[in-house]
Amino acid sequence: MNSIEKSPIPATPPRVIVREAAAPRPRWQVWLIRPEVVTLLLLVIAAIVATRLSPFFADLGFILESSTYYIEFAIVALVLTIVIISGEIDLSPAAQMALSACLFGTAFKAGAPIPVAMGVSLLSGLVMGAFNGVLVTVLRLPSIIVTIGTLILYRGLAQVLAGDKSISGFPSWFVGIDYRMVGIVPVPVLIFIAASILLGLFLGITIYGRQIYQIGTSEIAAIHAGIRVRRIKMGLFIASGLVSSIAGLMVASRLGSVRYDLATGGELTMVLIVMLGGTYIFGGRGSILGTFLAAWLLVIIATGMTVANIAINAQLTVMGLLLIVSIIATNAIYARSQR
Amino acid sequence: MLRRNLMLAVALGATLLSGAAYAGDPVSIVYIPKNTGNPYFDSIIKGFEDGCKTLGCEFTTVAPASAEATSQIPFVTAQIQRGVNVVAISPNSPDALNQVFDRARAKGTIILSVNSDMPGNETHRDAAILPVDFTKTGPSQVELLGKQIGYEGEIAILSATTDAPDQNVWIAAMKDTLEKDPKYAKMKLVTIAYGDDDPQKSTTETEALLANYPNLKGIISPTTVGVAAAAQVVETAKKADKVKVVGLGTPNQMRRFIENGTVEAFQLWSPYNQGLLAANFAVGVKNGTIKNEAGTVFEVPGLGKVTVEKDSVIKTQADLTTFDKTNIADFNF
Amino acid sequence: MNQVSRLFRAREAGIFVMLVLFVAVVSLIQPRFFSTETLRIVLLAVPLILVAAMGQMMVLVARHVDLSIGSILGFSAIAAGMVFRDHPELPLFVGFAVGVLSGAALGFVNGLVVTVFKLPSIIVTLGTLSLYRGLLFILSGSKQIDPNDIPEPLIRMAQTSPIDIPWIVIIAFGVAFATWLFLTYSQIGRQIYAIGSNPVAAPLRGIRVMPVTILVFTLSGALAGLAGLIYAARFGYVNPGITGVGFEFTVIAAVVIGGVSINGGVGSVAGTVLGVLLLGSVQVALPILGVSGFWQNAIYGGIILIALVIDRTVRQGGLRGLLARGGA
Repeated sequence: MNSIEKSPIPATPPRVIVREAAAPRPRWQVWLIRPEVVTLLLLVIAAIVATRLSPFFADLGFILESSTYYIEFAIVALVLTIVIISGEIDLSPAAQMALSACLFGTAFKAGAPIPVAMGVSLLSGLVMGAFNGVLVTVLRLPSIIVTIGTLILYRGLAQVLAGDKSISGFPSWFVGIDYRMVGIVPVPVLIFIAASILLGLFLGITIYGRQIYQIGTSEIAAIHAGIRVRRIKMGLFIASGLVSSIAGLMVASRLGSVRYDLATGGELTMVLIVMLGGTYIFGGRGSILGTFLAAWLLVIIATGMTVANIAINAQLTVMGLLLIVSIIATNAIYARSQR
Repeated sequence: MLRRNLMLAVALGATLLSGAAYAGDPVSIVYIPKNTGNPYFDSIIKGFEDGCKTLGCEFTTVAPASAEATSQIPFVTAQIQRGVNVVAISPNSPDALNQVFDRARAKGTIILSVNSDMPGNETHRDAAILPVDFTKTGPSQVELLGKQIGYEGEIAILSATTDAPDQNVWIAAMKDTLEKDPKYAKMKLVTIAYGDDDPQKSTTETEALLANYPNLKGIISPTTVGVAAAAQVVETAKKADKVKVVGLGTPNQMRRFIENGTVEAFQLWSPYNQGLLAANFAVGVKNGTIKNEAGTVFEVPGLGKVTVEKDSVIKTQADLTTFDKTNIADFNF
Repeated sequence: MNQVSRLFRAREAGIFVMLVLFVAVVSLIQPRFFSTETLRIVLLAVPLILVAAMGQMMVLVARHVDLSIGSILGFSAIAAGMVFRDHPELPLFVGFAVGVLSGAALGFVNGLVVTVFKLPSIIVTLGTLSLYRGLLFILSGSKQIDPNDIPEPLIRMAQTSPIDIPWIVIIAFGVAFATWLFLTYSQIGRQIYAIGSNPVAAPLRGIRVMPVTILVFTLSGALAGLAGLIYAARFGYVNPGITGVGFEFTVIAAVVIGGVSINGGVGSVAGTVLGVLLLGSVQVALPILGVSGFWQNAIYGGIILIALVIDRTVRQGGLRGLLARGGA
């Protein structure tokens, strides 16, 4: 049973898709009407609009620099894409980023050398992810509500740990990952690109990737096909926790300080990126390529509006609308063209 | 990869017009308050606007939605890209902005910390415009409350967050005054509560103060959200005659409590003048007429002579303004 | 059916016991807690959550979730506040109408998008959470509604009434009672349970799922709007950036603690009221005990998870049944 379908989501029973009797669509149409293509199109449009909005926008160095403010979320969104394809969801990564970063800061303040503190932080990511995984796969609770609970819990624990003080004073070699460049490309962007390629390959060509799509399409069928559903889902939640703690460390390095409210509201940005990339909210469909493109779309929209001095009011409104419009569009596309 | 290159090509396809203002252009100033929709900062903005009207500088303001530590960073980066000369900012964090400030200053942008400083990180900004002589805030709040309770009885403090730098400086000064000045020997500070500048939390914390300290005589809340919440709680509990509330608040926020007698008096300074001063200072420094170093004295129309102090700290006024029934009608901010 | 209703009662009894235990333990540690003064504080803290919780409960029973209520609360409070500020000559109920109706309208939009496009409500309302906050900034021009602009009678509603219990408390419990009547005695009320317990079978039994679902979201929005007015009454001003931020988590916590199942179809007004009272008591007890406020969120999160596990355990016949059936 797909656990997203059991959770408080579907308005009506999951719709039964009846194969159309009509002639198959021409291949070019199947290729063109894909969510990734829509994302790419939006990306181009957004870039043009942003360039028109402000003469200061079209500067590669600036866009890349600005992208470092969103790229940590984008990296987590890559793993979240796979989680959603498998039919689950994880709303807690932003809180996991905060807690693991605060653990890092606390360990450092307690005298641990940076590598040890980083180890603590990564370990905490594994534990937090595993905790989500146990609640979902062993206790079989719906991930959507479990991760709302852990979202509050993890951020609450970060607050207990760090209070409302910021922890800083990290050595200079640790601080400023976003100012380390390879050419004109900041290191976090390179990490994002590398992670995209790796996860894209994982999902695209490995047997696990295929199995994840199968789980998301029909969990019952996947179980009957002998796929170790629970183990794979557990692995995905742990991966989500691990990546979140890496992202948390990247934020700590970028800011040179950590605080419990770091990455507040990041879950919205992450889900927005995944949805913009055309991943199907009910699982079984989606791609890393889509998420990769969507991350740049978000960077361009957010940066474009900010550099054009567009008020934050409009920015919030646009982000909210985008999320809703993108799931409506994705749903419509998947309802029409079947893979 | 291919697709990303495509995107970049599109971005680059348009003319590259980035950066630097042209010589002879008016000085451009942007002010970034803590968050949008905060009436306190609206007054600072008004001061900037009026200042720039007379000085002929270009002024804009942008703000994040929340006062979270990192929310201002993208805005600073975007302003550097826009090539503004001066970024005036009321920082949401004493340290999270260090990196981006360094980068801005490396490109020649002047960074002014307005309304609060960045303790311990002063080297990352060019100057700080403070509203008042911060060493006077603590003692003057203690005196304001002391006068109302006959310099006797239990008092409590309701602050913002535990690491709010300005509030902590003031609270330390309050403790110091209570301890050292024999005038206040009979006033006993029982506790310090933190309301996080959140109306709900400030309310619960004040209620707990009233419940835990039945003999409480007064509350000092040196933060605008806190003092309003404390006044509201005292009014609701019908204890306005037993527990006196003082603090730092804006007239518009506190007018009701002054008029209905819940609060006798509170204090603040002029955020408007801060904006005015910051605009004058910024333009002067940019044009080379004001030297940004300790000891410089310059004239601000309407404010008189102002001195740049150690660490490039500039104080807008020396003493706090006290608001009560007699003068509150004269203020609208 | 009889067994199910027994389970309900067992559940509410369980929450009640938790509440009593909590009060007892806190009072033992800090005797001051057990006083009419504390009761007054708890009762004042509760209405805001209680009113919104009634809406959220119905949404959860219908197997949905509404994350946008915090933004709706803020929007309605601002909208009503602007009426008070710009048209002080109008009677108080006009502001109330504007608040409740604007909330209802936003809730209606949620319901419409969820049902027409058959989308998961959690994602839709995550989107409208941001969208409505943006709209409220635009509506208010990012300007706060100052205490001056909130009418005196509204503020007095949070302080007193003819029977000396503040009006907002009376209103909140009135709303809870009305919700109970609606869910128990109206046909639509019972249809909400039917939809939640089996969305596939509901249309077969002649229930028009779409209008009922839209109604549930509209009610949730309207009640969040009413909560906005309670906010204005209690705190005396409305700031566009602060009002209602994070409120959804408090409400969901209260409702889940109250035994409303996130799997739909299960939940009662009595349980939710107890859940809200428990949460309100925790909120008030922490500062009185001198526990740092930093613990509050961790405790809420922990309580939600524990409630979820208990919920699952009860429904699967104990822990053994749960683990045995968990295999995949």
